[in-house]
Amino acid sequence: MSVIKNEPVTEQPAGGLLPTGAVPAGTTGSPPRRTASPADRGSVGVERGGGVGNKEDLAKKTRQAVTPFRRMRPAVRTHPDFRVIVDEDKCTLCRFCVLQCSWDALGWDDRVVPFDENCVGCWRCVAVCPTYAIRIEQWPTMYRENHNWTRFIANSVRKQAGSGGKLLVGTGNDKPYPVYWDHLLIDACQVTNPSIDPLREPMELRTYVGAKPDRVDLAAYLSARERHFIPTDHRSVGDPDRSGDPSANGRPAFDRDLRRRLGIGPQLRLETPIMIAAMSYGAVSLNVQKSCARAVAEMGTYWCTGEGGMHPDHYPYADHTIVQVASGRFAVDADYLNRAAAVEIKIGQGAKPGIGGHLPGEKVTADIASTRMIPEGSDAISPAPHHDIYSIEDLRQLIFAIKEATRYEKPVFVKIAAVHNVAAIASGIVRAGADAVVIDGFRGGTGAAPTMIRDHVGIPIELALAAVDDRLRQEGIRNRATVIASGSIRSSMDVVKAIALGADAVYVGTAALIALGCTLCQQCHRGRCAWGLTTQRPDLVKRVDPEEGWQLIANLFKAWSGEIKETLGLLGINSLESLRGNRERLRAVGLSQAEMDILGVKPAGR
Amino acid sequence: MRRNLRERIPGGCAIIGVMSETGRRFDGTTVIEGIRCMHERSNGLGGGFAAYGIYPDDLKPYYALHVMSQTHHEHETMEEGIRQHFRIIHQEPIPTRRHPRVGEAPILWRYFVAAPTDFAEPPGEEEYMVGRIMDLNGRVEGSLIFSSGRDMGIFKGVGYPEDIGEFFRLDEYRAYLWTSHGRFPTNTPGWWGGAHPFGLLNWSVVHNGEISSYDANRRYLEMFGYRCYMKTDTEVVLYLFDLLNRRHGLPIELTCSVLTAPFWNEIDAMPPADAELWRALRQVYAGALLNGPFSVIVGFEGGMVGLADRIMLRPLVGARAGDLVFIASEEAAIRAVCPSPETVWAAEGGEPIVARLARSAGGSEPASAHKVEVPAAS
Ligand code: SF4
Ligand code: SF4
Repeated sequence: MSVIKNEPVTEQPAGGLLPTGAVPAGTTGSPPRRTASPADRGSVGVERGGGVGNKEDLAKKTRQAVTPFRRMRPAVRTHPDFRVIVDEDKCTLCRFCVLQCSWDALGWDDRVVPFDENCVGCWRCVAVCPTYAIRIEQWPTMYRENHNWTRFIANSVRKQAGSGGKLLVGTGNDKPYPVYWDHLLIDACQVTNPSIDPLREPMELRTYVGAKPDRVDLAAYLSARERHFIPTDHRSVGDPDRSGDPSANGRPAFDRDLRRRLGIGPQLRLETPIMIAAMSYGAVSLNVQKSCARAVAEMGTYWCTGEGGMHPDHYPYADHTIVQVASGRFAVDADYLNRAAAVEIKIGQGAKPGIGGHLPGEKVTADIASTRMIPEGSDAISPAPHHDIYSIEDLRQLIFAIKEATRYEKPVFVKIAAVHNVAAIASGIVRAGADAVVIDGFRGGTGAAPTMIRDHVGIPIELALAAVDDRLRQEGIRNRATVIASGSIRSSMDVVKAIALGADAVYVGTAALIALGCTLCQQCHRGRCAWGLTTQRPDLVKRVDPEEGWQLIANLFKAWSGEIKETLGLLGINSLESLRGNRERLRAVGLSQAEMDILGVKPAGR
Repeated sequence: MRRNLRERIPGGCAIIGVMSETGRRFDGTTVIEGIRCMHERSNGLGGGFAAYGIYPDDLKPYYALHVMSQTHHEHETMEEGIRQHFRIIHQEPIPTRRHPRVGEAPILWRYFVAAPTDFAEPPGEEEYMVGRIMDLNGRVEGSLIFSSGRDMGIFKGVGYPEDIGEFFRLDEYRAYLWTSHGRFPTNTPGWWGGAHPFGLLNWSVVHNGEISSYDANRRYLEMFGYRCYMKTDTEVVLYLFDLLNRRHGLPIELTCSVLTAPFWNEIDAMPPADAELWRALRQVYAGALLNGPFSVIVGFEGGMVGLADRIMLRPLVGARAGDLVFIASEEAAIRAVCPSPETVWAAEGGEPIVARLARSAGGSEPASAHKVEVPAAS
């Protein structure tokens, strides 16, 4: 339904502001805060809408805007997706919805005038209306039912006949493929093993991301200890008062030496196994990134900048930031790599495996340009492949180039899209020296992707994750790298199931955006997100207040962490590592034997 | 006999271990009386014993393979396999006596074997033994090598443990270390091989409780070549001890502490050098963390260790009387055979109770090159 628009469709893949004809003047005004409480809703009137003169003025402008627009209908027509219904009895004529709709779907002519063909169903107007006078409905016209030529497919043909371009869309795959998370059920303790009350007993969610050796070399530990004259006094151990010379214990040289001798690579410490996936500055607004950065810092976890570089505003959160090196190599220099907690090489993205990205020049504002280190207004193009990586050996070189540049102090992640041969690819990546492999499933989100690719390329994360975990174990290299599952992790239970299938941690992207207001209208690529998320228009960007935004995300993570703890408790375990790969505690409903074999789970009832 | 149990069978159980630290050998009646006291904790569906130091001097150096087979055909197939892989020094049926409360037994036989060639390094030979035993057990249907240590043996079957002890004539053996197990499975496998102890080389494990992290541990162990064909929780405990202690060289105490690792906040509070070690241990051995309600007694050459889960969901009591160390599920079981021990204490979660042969009794440190003191886990 997402792409059935009257808009001209162009070839711009990445979030451009598409030309949309006349813009009602009212919508450019600067609106009040996004989450007006019901109390202040009443006080929000036209007076506060900046850029609008008086009532008559606005009505005139609306009429001017509408007339040419209505004439501009393309030859091949589709119907609108939605119908906007304004209840005249309830409407207080405050015009707030008109000001807030960034999609030119509401105008003003002494009353609210809906232009249904423009409505994307983003619910912004519904959310801000003080009297709940607005209703958005599916467009009710009935086509003759056809299970082959679905409405979506037929409309796609019509649109492309009009535009001659490929269809674009934002957010993840919305087609009715099976969601395997929803076919997996979790075990619980009864009688023979007691469940554990997370409110009374410690419940550990801490996870370390990074490469681990197969064994701890105790002899090396002891010799390091000896070299640094740190006593191994039984009584002292665990008792800080009697721990010998504390200055010797705390010596950084000792720590480094010890870690090297223990064979432990650099690690990220996650207090909860949930990180925020790459969403670049350009795809999302700076305020979104600020919310993410602060949230993960507060929650003891990490976020990824995406390929758009790291804005100086995020430097205070550098310790919780994973920077990305993608095929466009935007912003990559030694400082960028060393500032971060970890570096992620992006090979692919679940929503659009095998293709690159394109941030059109008009979105490359001065701030984005300087963050990405490219000229202002120039197109930011990420080629489909890295042009210096045509093989696994090449990838190995890049991994080690980054490790050299960061003195082997930062874990290096490699992110790939879940494709058919994902297990073998992941194994190669681990052998190439990556500290973590990120597997991004085909339902993963995107700021902009060709619709047909988003909907038809790649495989589900659940199957990919299970296959990768199995393969790494078969080859005995599972310890050597962390596995991070990504691509539509929607709830704490998805996290639990991912970890039980074998992931160490997960990335969430869309869930964090939903926490900030996203209503999944799938129009991110058009750069006019009414919720201020995937846009750079200053009047829209400020709809996200980072001060409030970080709390929303942190709340979400807190809630999920609580639910994960509770689930561990009912499973009778008190530490996340006892869940990792523990597929015995999952059962399948409604899956084929082949699917269960791949997932490594038994059917429910067995 | 059902070899491939499709499901894991949870249950509660009774366990007891008795050891003389001076190496004094005593017969099996002590441990039988101890486990009899905990009759209520078993339901007659499995009982067994491990005894260390039981075989005569001329057989001590050889691996004693205790084998149970359902039919003569299976028995012969297994014997064929044993002959293929090992040198058989001596073989005999395991002596038993008729017992009114023990049902039909499988064919019980023991082989004293040596590895076919000399291995330059001791681990080489052990690896060989483990590999072949795992292979035979996985390959030969209906027959099982259930004990494979030197100068030690496991005796187990379906019945109440005290009856099984009498059935196997344990009053006629003398050992410096005895462990025993009474089983309370929640369904009926009716399979002698499913009883405890489980053994591999000189390890024996008796186990009360359930390992809720079973599959995480199993899949971790499989990376190191262990095959958990018995599908019981106890098996993973056994292999984890083998992996961490024998193969990775962690001392027994440290192995125990890794299996019931200190909580992260405890690690954070340690002095930096200890914390660094513990962080490394937990990161590297995450797959070895045993979670769920359990207490185990692990017997090994020259000692035994009792261990309960991190938050002490299953009972475990230790006691000492002269040269004897007792570990049991219930204090009553200890007092039944030793009315006034000098000390009795309840184990702390994750803190092992270790008993070792004194050096004077021929005891040595377990198979680890280095001794490290274990940071307290509480
Ligand atoms: S704000 Fe969104 S839902 Fe409301 S009319 Fe505009 S596009 Fe439609
Ligand atoms: S981010 Fe904005 S444009 Fe994209 S789906 Fe969400 S609400 Fe719509």
